Amino acid sequence: MSILDYLLRKKKKTASVAKERLQIILAREHIDRSGPDYLPELKKDILKVVEKYVAIDYDKIQVTIENDGNCEILELNISLPDFAGGTTAAMNKVRKA
Amino acid sequence: MAKVIVVTSGKGGVGKTTTSASVATGLAKRGYKTVVIDFDVGLRNLDLIMGCERRVVYDFVNVIHGEATLKQALIRDKRLANLDILPASQTRDKDALFKDGVEKVLNELRKTHDFIVCDSPAGIETGAVMALYFADEAIVVTNPEVSSVRDSDRILGILSAKSKRALDGDDPIKEHLLITRYDPNRVQTGEMLSIDDIMELLGIPLAGVIPESQSVLTASNSGIPVIHDEVSVSGLAYQDLVERLLGEEVPIRFITPVKKGLFKRLFGT
Ligand SMILES: Nc1ncnc2c1ncn2[C@@H]1O[C@H](COP(=O)(O)OP(=O)(O)OP(=O)(O)O)[C@@H](O)[C@H]1O
Ligand SMILES: [Mg+2]
Repeated sequence: MSILDYLLRKKKKTASVAKERLQIILAREHIDRSGPDYLPELKKDILKVVEKYVAIDYDKIQVTIENDGNCEILELNISLPDFAGGTTAAMNKVRKA
Repeated sequence: MAKVIVVTSGKGGVGKTTTSASVATGLAKRGYKTVVIDFDVGLRNLDLIMGCERRVVYDFVNVIHGEATLKQALIRDKRLANLDILPASQTRDKDALFKDGVEKVLNELRKTHDFIVCDSPAGIETGAVMALYFADEAIVVTNPEVSSVRDSDRILGILSAKSKRALDGDDPIKEHLLITRYDPNRVQTGEMLSIDDIMELLGIPLAGVIPESQSVLTASNSGIPVIHDEVSVSGLAYQDLVERLLGEEVPIRFITPVKKGLFKRLFGT
């Protein structure tokens, strides 16, 4: 890094770090709230099973619930550590009538 | 129609009691018959902030358990004749409040008062749920700080899922965001979440911004709600809040950074 780069480098303001962190955690907590009561437990159980095989980065788990008319789709995205040339994403879908 | 307003936050120490005292006082000043109830059983503090601690004989829990009448327990404010305080008990356990008992007291107060302001305890346990359960409106007190914003979001979840209005399928509780202890200078330097940040995160309408101000401590020291202090920014910001709660359009003030001159540095805000 050149001296100029160093001088021009802007430190990220802590308020925007705070905002980004809150955006992520609130979105996560909204899903837990809006889903069925058993969702948190179900999530834990699924993760337990996956963890038997690979280490999970808990930062990279995404849960969404979508409502497409007559059924709810729960989507749990877990990024798996690099394998087979760096592909990711195992998907678990649970359908509920 | 009487209105029940809960002042809530989830997180402790963000300014609920300060706000309850000033909002109740402000509504009474505007001519409405108002009562403010301390729901913080075991940690009574509203009496101190309202300056009536030496006149407490009976309390909310006594009334609920039939040991005193409402009339005996209500304390008339010494400055405003149309303002009453119902203190919390100091000794009983948290289960001293139960829904039917609280509802009976609120229904009785609805007949005699225009506004019933409920000062919620911190947390999301029984006391906090009791304080918000019968509310028509909620003031969600939030500090510009991560844990406070997160806890406010949780309280919003409880308001919209566990309150009486939610469970009965009535119109939802009207939610008001109140940002307190706001420091425009620190927002400008990027050290503190801004009003816009917090509004975007919580997604409810803004009812007021109370700046961080030394007069809040002065007011609590002397047992005079800060809204009586008409030269302090926080007192004026609370007046604005009351006007907005009454449906008036008032611009938000005191949210731009001030250069602290020598005078201000010496004498404070
Ligand atoms: N705008 C403000 N500026 C400066 N100090 C403030 C402000 N608002 C509140 N405070 C201070 O913050 C502290 C907590 O305030 P308060 O007791 O109203 O909070 P609370 O939410 O009721 O707390 P608890 O959760 O314990 O009931 C007090 O010392 C009070 O003086
Ligand atoms: Mg309090």
